[in-house]
Amino acid sequence: MFNFRPLARIASVLTTPLAPEDVLALFNPVYSSRQLRGVVTRVVQETAQSVTIFFRPGRGWHAHLAGQWARIGVELNGVRHWRSYSLSAPAGQDPAITVTDVGSVSGVLVRETKVGDILFLAPPQGDFVLPEHPRSLLMLTAGSGITPVMSMIRTLVPGRPDADVVLIHSSRGEDDSIFREELFELADQFPNFRLVQWQTGGRGRLSLATPADLESICPDWQDRAAYACGPESFLDDAEALWNQAAQAASAGSLTIERFHAELKGRDGGEGGLVTFETSDREVMADGGVPLLDVGEDAGILMPSGCRMGICHSCLTPLLSGSVRDLRTGEVRGEPGELIQTCVSAAAGPVNLKL
Amino acid sequence: MSVASAKNPATAVGLKTRPGALAEAGRPTMRPPAAAHLSDEQVAELGRELDAIRDGILAKRGSSDSTYIRRMIKIQRGLEVSGRAALLVSRNKGAWVTGTALLSVAKILENMELGHNILHGQWDWMRDPDIHSTTWEWDFVTPSRSWQHTHNDLHHRWTNVVGKDRDVGYNLLRMDPDQEWKPFNLGNPLYNALLAPVFEWGIAIYDLEIPEYKEGLKSKEAMVKDLKALGRKAAKQFAKDYAATPALAMLTGSGKQALYGTLVANAVRNVWAHAVIFCGHFPEGTDTFTEEMVEGETRGDWYVRQMIGSANISGPRFMHLMTGNLSHQIEHHLFPDLPSNRYSEIAPKVREICDRYGLKYTTGPLLKQVGSAWAKVFKLALPPQG
Repeated sequence: MFNFRPLARIASVLTTPLAPEDVLALFNPVYSSRQLRGVVTRVVQETAQSVTIFFRPGRGWHAHLAGQWARIGVELNGVRHWRSYSLSAPAGQDPAITVTDVGSVSGVLVRETKVGDILFLAPPQGDFVLPEHPRSLLMLTAGSGITPVMSMIRTLVPGRPDADVVLIHSSRGEDDSIFREELFELADQFPNFRLVQWQTGGRGRLSLATPADLESICPDWQDRAAYACGPESFLDDAEALWNQAAQAASAGSLTIERFHAELKGRDGGEGGLVTFETSDREVMADGGVPLLDVGEDAGILMPSGCRMGICHSCLTPLLSGSVRDLRTGEVRGEPGELIQTCVSAAAGPVNLKL
Repeated sequence: MSVASAKNPATAVGLKTRPGALAEAGRPTMRPPAAAHLSDEQVAELGRELDAIRDGILAKRGSSDSTYIRRMIKIQRGLEVSGRAALLVSRNKGAWVTGTALLSVAKILENMELGHNILHGQWDWMRDPDIHSTTWEWDFVTPSRSWQHTHNDLHHRWTNVVGKDRDVGYNLLRMDPDQEWKPFNLGNPLYNALLAPVFEWGIAIYDLEIPEYKEGLKSKEAMVKDLKALGRKAAKQFAKDYAATPALAMLTGSGKQALYGTLVANAVRNVWAHAVIFCGHFPEGTDTFTEEMVEGETRGDWYVRQMIGSANISGPRFMHLMTGNLSHQIEHHLFPDLPSNRYSEIAPKVREICDRYGLKYTTGPLLKQVGSAWAKVFKLALPPQG
């Protein structure tokens, strides 16, 4: 790609205090000196509740690995909100996210996104990716948990005749099963891909409390590298099952992708006065509200990522005070310690270097 | 900690205003004469009424506001690009006039409706890093951060308190009878006339806080840091307007004309900004305060001081825009971080409150207010009579 840097530096003599990109944004909105953006190129309705949004990212994006997610910034009534969405497009192709309407931000994305809209972006990240070396795979998904796995299947199945993938996908009924037709076609076309559609509306939930269901569908499940993505309880059961099997020294690996952190400690604390030192702002915070939300509501530019305590993008130095980990209820606080603001709440007065 | 930002009630559920920044009830050691007729309870009630106005705007603030500021940024950048482009061929007289005019307007909008207001944090609620008080840098010599300190923190906290708010005369002019007269002050009108066309440099020097440094209130390290920041910023500003633009214009043989164009545009902006800013707190009718009037000041008293210490400018919408809505100085001082496009909406309510509580609401057309500020400059050049 042509290197714009030297040119941009010369141009900035004329555009200072702006960067040349800020002026170019007059003509093409994906330009920005500060903020990665993408323009929506196509919107595909998947089910009544979900859409796939294709976008062309600006400079600063990097190609995604199958199974990764990206943070997407959306404006609700003028205010920027960030959420993480799994990329459903196969690796090596233009990025697309598949979004299911489960909350205020996803609802706006599903209902209102149009071609030509601008999305604010952060480059793809995440460890829920295919193994480095070829292995037989078992995918366990439920509901919108199919999204990152779809990217893996699209990447692997058509291109690798040596792949061996079993997908057990749970959905309520046919209508709300995302990618249903495409999955059937892939299963028809490629013998290396076996699809089991488990409709919970008809036959009840796939039980992972005991190995029985798995044994009957996929007898060699313990020999496969397993991936699971879906609701909390589904993943907790899968984790327990694999742990059990691991004690019998017979299980393969299980890789899990969670969409939410369970914030058990939400009612546990008293909160306190939060001081954002660099921004010179003080706010009273509730003991159940993550410091990330507290800062955002006060108009602070908070670093953020997954908003569920796994990616560590929100790490912020604690200058003084104690914080409560909302996942465990544990209270801690060493001056200078880096805290995850997305899962930490104030436990008494807190000073943050922001 | 600036009082202005400490007073922000946070918008979300579960968040409260910082407690104890200013008392809800009580009274200052001495209430300003213009508000002496008010009881403690009345002042507290006035505070609640103004809080309610603020809450009303916070509840409405949303996509119409974000659309407004983004459109304004686009218009400003469009004007700036076209103005500079016209100056590149300004050997042509029409191009020179157009280019200089467009660039002047662009610079005025950039400093006033965009820079001043964004740097106040009026648009921080959007959480857009491109339009945020901690990231914005303006087309003005003084670095944003230095100005935010002297303006947002010192001036807005100590509005018109003689001895605390150095904006009363900017360390250069005698702008209040309580400031001691010295023979130097005879030059008041001359200094002010000389200051106007180079106002941005005056502000840059002012923001260095040289008197504080001399008095030992500012460390040498801080001074060196500020000087370096100013040096870098000034060099860039200078290079853009007085070197790069003329150099590029030389390609069409318009180098000299382009240089005159940028000089004039900066001067026009400086004279305009100077005029508008002098209308903020100096016209007849605005009060100044003593330090005992802010001792023990309550939330309501703080509001009172902002109202009787500030003056508005009346006029058409375009005038308000070109002043960055500083023509609503009273509303701006009450709520420095509400979006500027909302000031005109709350102005009638604020005025009504002033009327009802028997407080002055100083306003007048631009020329009258400029004249009034200048009258003070002349009057206070002379020693106190009698």
